Amino acid sequence: MSSRERILGRVRRALADVPRDEPPYEEAVARDYLREHGARSAEETVALLAENLADYRALVHRCGADELPSLLARLLAERKAATVLVPPGLDEAWLTETEVARVADRVESGAHELDRVDSVVTACAVAVAETGTIVLDGGPDQGRRRITLVPDHHICVVRVPEQVVSSVPQALERLDPARPLTWISGPSATSDIELDRVEGVHGPRTLEVILVG
Amino acid sequence: MSGTFVGMPAFPKAAHEAVGNQTLRANLRHATHTIRAKRAAAVAEVSDWAELREAGKRIKDHTLRHLDRYLVQLEESVTAAGGVVHWAADADEANRIVADLVKETGESEVVKVKSMATQEIGLNEALEAEGIRAYETDLAELIVQLGKDRPSHILVPAIHRNRGEIRDIFAREMSEWGRPAPEGLTDTPAELADAARLHLREKFLRAKVGVSGANFMVAETGTLVVVESEGNGRMCLTLPETLISVVGIEKIVPTWRDLEVFLQTLPRSSTAERMNPYTSTWTGTTDGDGPRTFHLVLLDNGRTDTLADEVGRQALRCIRCSACLNVCPVYERAGGHAYGSVYPGPIGAILSPQLRGTGSEIDASLPYASSLCGACYEVCPVAIDIPEVLVHLRERVVQGGPVTREGNKVVLKPAKGHGAERAAMRAARWAFGRPGALRAGQRLASRTRRLHPRTLPGPGRAWSGTRDLPVVPAEPFRDWWQRTNGGTGDEGTAK
Repeated sequence: MSSRERILGRVRRALADVPRDEPPYEEAVARDYLREHGARSAEETVALLAENLADYRALVHRCGADELPSLLARLLAERKAATVLVPPGLDEAWLTETEVARVADRVESGAHELDRVDSVVTACAVAVAETGTIVLDGGPDQGRRRITLVPDHHICVVRVPEQVVSSVPQALERLDPARPLTWISGPSATSDIELDRVEGVHGPRTLEVILVG
Repeated sequence: MSGTFVGMPAFPKAAHEAVGNQTLRANLRHATHTIRAKRAAAVAEVSDWAELREAGKRIKDHTLRHLDRYLVQLEESVTAAGGVVHWAADADEANRIVADLVKETGESEVVKVKSMATQEIGLNEALEAEGIRAYETDLAELIVQLGKDRPSHILVPAIHRNRGEIRDIFAREMSEWGRPAPEGLTDTPAELADAARLHLREKFLRAKVGVSGANFMVAETGTLVVVESEGNGRMCLTLPETLISVVGIEKIVPTWRDLEVFLQTLPRSSTAERMNPYTSTWTGTTDGDGPRTFHLVLLDNGRTDTLADEVGRQALRCIRCSACLNVCPVYERAGGHAYGSVYPGPIGAILSPQLRGTGSEIDASLPYASSLCGACYEVCPVAIDIPEVLVHLRERVVQGGPVTREGNKVVLKPAKGHGAERAAMRAARWAFGRPGALRAGQRLASRTRRLHPRTLPGPGRAWSGTRDLPVVPAEPFRDWWQRTNGGTGDEGTAK
């Protein structure tokens, strides 16, 4: 007997007490919880996102679409970045004002190569106001998961208000589980020393979020 | 201190030694009190906490009650997404599978995401025996591994260590494992985190094989979820060419939508955050992004035995948040090591004796490692009634009875050492069934109260060794009730 059959057999014997006419999944789970917490206008939702991102030590900037190239140029210059990683489908206009050398992400780029890059600029798939979270789904303007992980400085551009939802339930509705997803809430952190939060471990230690629109 | 839990003494003995350790008690008190207040604030932010908790409980209960169906569905969806599914009935089989998979890659080292399942099965030791070195990459796991220590908390395995001790371990041990700690390392948490970043980075960048667990597996889509803070999880899940995930069979949820409950309750319960810094989800493999090969090892190792117990199976709802540890007065004083398992605290006290059986001294004593105050049940985000299961397991230890071990139904004998307790209960049953005898006994006890010893003699000493004997009142309650006419002060009419 294979272990698969053994385990499934044990499960079935263990559940001998479960009646055959148990309510199906749809009826078994009461979903009395809220779809979002509180009613907010689109502008208030964006403000809450900014507040919660900042609360977990992300650096938050707001600008209009026309100001984005100059803001990106300024942030990269302030960081003294020499190189910036660019996902293949990033809007070309965004980086028209910076002098920083662009590095294209290639499938054959090894982890060591990524480790030498100073900064990375991406878009995102959705942002969650209540939790201060941005979600990347590997789309062409976000690139592979590793490019927002190895460099120490990540700038993420969120189009507001259209990419912002209030809550976790609303975010899951918009996302495709078949894609590899990364949910990011502030820079890398740990609570492992005396259960107190410290920012900056393995992921980017500086996370900047630009809310555009 | 050895790195395993084999041959642990019973909880009372281990706890007795632990409470004498002043540093340990101070470290635990500081850490648990810090997180308690923060968790309460994070939970208070969401007005529908009770509803989220109820939904989480019901999702898990429903899944467990139809686990065979969801396991088969998960296997199909993971396979369809490009993953390879393996089944492991016990720890040895899981370790064998992982070791063989690593050997197939030709590699001799792996990087690990913090995982309770791999701790439970002793994967690192099993790989070591096969000549494969496993590097723990979670900061707390790194502290435990470098310190040749044992984990003492589900979320923060090095909670028993303070910053000064961590500094000393890093300064002393890092060079043995790779990049040494920076010169002049101080004990500020930011510097310690930075030392870990530097030490582990070279390992991440060269790693070819990653080993993880998972917080959730979605049956409908075949998606796995890892919830973390530091980014070490992302490193292990995306940089290596091969990913091996060892996950307990109870980690399934039926649908993608179900995550909307747990991604709200887990971070607030564990680190007291609205959301943890990083959550990764992956479904099989993705061309050009992340590992090319993905193996999922589904682990039983006592879970189906636990599932067979109609009262005890609720322990399998656990999402390993560790809120119950942080509020537990016993855990706060005894520390995690006394529980003799990778699952310490209240949840460990009901999980370990069910996963491993109550055959050993430590496992038979764990259901008693509680004052039954119920704080653990209050904070549990999936409403596991831990006191109920503790009492149920105490009954099983004392009285014996039918249980399932490795899939077979067996009948446990009553445990030794509870003879005096059983005799006392039999005497109580006799006395309470005879009001005259009870009255005579109570009056006798009241009149002789000045002669009572402070501790019980003979086999009763074990009970009174850690408790004060209650003082017998000068007048039995029933006599007082009759004399005062039920406390109305109308003395003299009765009697």
